[in-house]
Amino acid sequence: MANQKRFIVSHAPFWHDGSSVTERSYHMMLAALPAVIFGIIKYGMPALAVTALSVSSAILWEAAFRRISKENETVGDGNAALIGLIFAMLLPATSPWWVVVTGTFVAIVIGKEIFGGIGSNPFNPVAVAAAFLMLSWWKYFDFNAALVHYPFDHMAVYPLSALKNFGLSSVEGLTLADLLTGKQTGGIGTTFSLGLIIGGVYLMLRGIIRWEIALSFIAGVFITATIFKANNPEQYAGPMIHILSGYTLLGAFFLATDDSSSPVNLVPMLLYGLMGGLMVVLIRNIGAYIDGTILTILLINTVNPLLDKIRPKALGKVV
Amino acid sequence: MLKRSFFGMAKPRFEYESIDSPLSPEKIPLPRKATIYFKRPYDRRDTLLLKIGDAVKTGQKLLIYEDSDVYAISPVTGTVAGIAPFIGDFGESYTALTIDVSETDTFDEEFGGSFEEPNFETALNYLKTLPGNPPLSDFADPDIHLNTVVVTALDKDLLTLTNQHMAAANVDLLTRGVSMLKRITGVHKVVVAIPQKLIRRAGAIGGASGVELRPIGTDYPSALPAFILKEVLGQVIPAGKTNLDMGVSLFGAEALTNLTQAFEEKQIPVTKRLTVIRKDLSKVLVEARIGTPVKEIFTALNVTLQDMDRLVIGGPMTGNAVYSDEHPVTPDMDVLMVQDSKDVSLVSDYPCINCGDCNRVCPADIAVNMLVRFCEAREYEAAADEYDLHSCIECGLCTFVCPAKIPIFQYIRLAKHELARSAMEVELAGPETEEAEEGELAAKEPIETAEAEEAKEETAQTSEE
Repeated sequence: MANQKRFIVSHAPFWHDGSSVTERSYHMMLAALPAVIFGIIKYGMPALAVTALSVSSAILWEAAFRRISKENETVGDGNAALIGLIFAMLLPATSPWWVVVTGTFVAIVIGKEIFGGIGSNPFNPVAVAAAFLMLSWWKYFDFNAALVHYPFDHMAVYPLSALKNFGLSSVEGLTLADLLTGKQTGGIGTTFSLGLIIGGVYLMLRGIIRWEIALSFIAGVFITATIFKANNPEQYAGPMIHILSGYTLLGAFFLATDDSSSPVNLVPMLLYGLMGGLMVVLIRNIGAYIDGTILTILLINTVNPLLDKIRPKALGKVV
Repeated sequence: MLKRSFFGMAKPRFEYESIDSPLSPEKIPLPRKATIYFKRPYDRRDTLLLKIGDAVKTGQKLLIYEDSDVYAISPVTGTVAGIAPFIGDFGESYTALTIDVSETDTFDEEFGGSFEEPNFETALNYLKTLPGNPPLSDFADPDIHLNTVVVTALDKDLLTLTNQHMAAANVDLLTRGVSMLKRITGVHKVVVAIPQKLIRRAGAIGGASGVELRPIGTDYPSALPAFILKEVLGQVIPAGKTNLDMGVSLFGAEALTNLTQAFEEKQIPVTKRLTVIRKDLSKVLVEARIGTPVKEIFTALNVTLQDMDRLVIGGPMTGNAVYSDEHPVTPDMDVLMVQDSKDVSLVSDYPCINCGDCNRVCPADIAVNMLVRFCEAREYEAAADEYDLHSCIECGLCTFVCPAKIPIFQYIRLAKHELARSAMEVELAGPETEEAEEGELAAKEPIETAEAEEAKEETAQTSEE
């Protein structure tokens, strides 16, 4: 047996399609880049600082937590960096450093790690962090106040807050082109709708996110906003504003589609997305908050396990 | 190896390899040592009917234990060189018999003289271990009531050509075989399942004797038993049942060819055809004696084996990796694959990230993302009751697409194995205690077994690498 060759022995199947968790994270980040880069160009150094701090602190929080809890290192899978990046996209460019660091702490440690790390989080970590900060320090998410010193070459109003406080007439000046090309205010990575759409389409085509969720989410917003508009055209904004401003697109492509907190079967995915879209517009039009996307994501995350019980009948199942 | 396509929305699609005419098999020279397995655990205390130094002839029926009718057919002429235990997959144990091969073949006469007309008794007595493994015992089993035989001119796994070649090369023989099979088994419904591409060449199998010919799709896994039954007979096998429970026997083209040949030539065939998949995925059909160590095949084909390569018996999706190139050619070895160390894909101990790729690719529509959680936690009963464990047709596609590289397929096989084992224990305990036992089993903590531990360790090891 001395000259016996040592072969690798393992289980079937012996092929793999080469996909990996790391690859998925990096593709998500790649898809987010157009919107992020636009944000950095628009808001300058402060935006870059917020983004860099958010990504790096997210990675550090995860590394630290893993070390303290004596678990395997997982920052290499890119998920912490992705959470950091998406969290930065939600923030105004002028966010103070401690808001960013607290946010990534909540996202990584409370949103993800205490549940057991990647794959185990019942809620989208970024949405948990954003909701936490919004409820605790509301003024840092008031885009009008936060961005008051910026010399914009367009209407310097956060469309959704204008809509809420001053009515439909205040946003009538916004055209489709304005909204698509980022001529509106908002978070670092949320104003350049066209970039978000390009990123989202890329992710859907590559199969990194589940297109059913993203598209049904947008469809939900569209349908609900259209119904409101049809009932009272004087008071409510049309679907265009709702889809292309605030966190809607980011929510549809990057938040609602988070793997572990969203369903995987077809019917549940469609219901999940539609419910999300419905809630966004309900909160914006009737609720107390200016943008309901974050709370909506948490809400649909809650119903996800129940929804995902609707599944196709397995082959040969006799009931 | 097929990689994920750029457009990841589409499911990966595997096509079976198919041929439209017979191949020319490469002949592997007679080995110096041949090994055959008896389907019985080795026990030192038993009196053995064979001892080292005994002479055996090609085609001789060998019995090894006094108290058991488990037999094997000697594939070569020579002398017995050793008898040893062999542990296969899932701890199944066999007795391995090694024979020193002499250069000239002398054929044993016993089989030829044992019958006038082909009959089932003789087949059962001599031909159960023919190359291609004819499922003859199923016909003799009083618990199984077969009413249909499906002759499969197709191969279960990808890149495999063995059965297709046998069908293409032996059309007339198979036609005679079908009527012979009907006669000796008394089963009158015979269907031939065949790939579309082969119909022109081998469509004549069965002749005019009322044999139905059914084309089978070329998409993996349409040649797995569950899908053959669905496509050929329009029957869906209920979860946890097999084709045998449905009264259907799946008879490979190779098995039927050899069965017919045995009766016609009054000599037991001992040559196995198998597809060898080389490191560059090129395929070659070879003819080798049963018992030939696989390394002799690789030597003959000029394939160099290196440390950290992977040797797989059975195809890329459903095979078993073996640790030694001394492993012999067995009657059911349709395909032999070797992977270069740089192409070896490994599993990991990463958790499920719930991406749902497995659910979408599953041909049996199982919620694999949930099933694997129960299997990982060894909640096998719950996995079977709530998440369709027994609907799994064991195609391996879920594991192929898993980005977390979880050995899902192995978890499922282990779960089924453990459930079958505990069911067997209940049965052995006797009918009176059955109810009590069942209650106890359900209440018991997840079953800890050596295999489960082993599988876990193995997973941990490979991920470390």
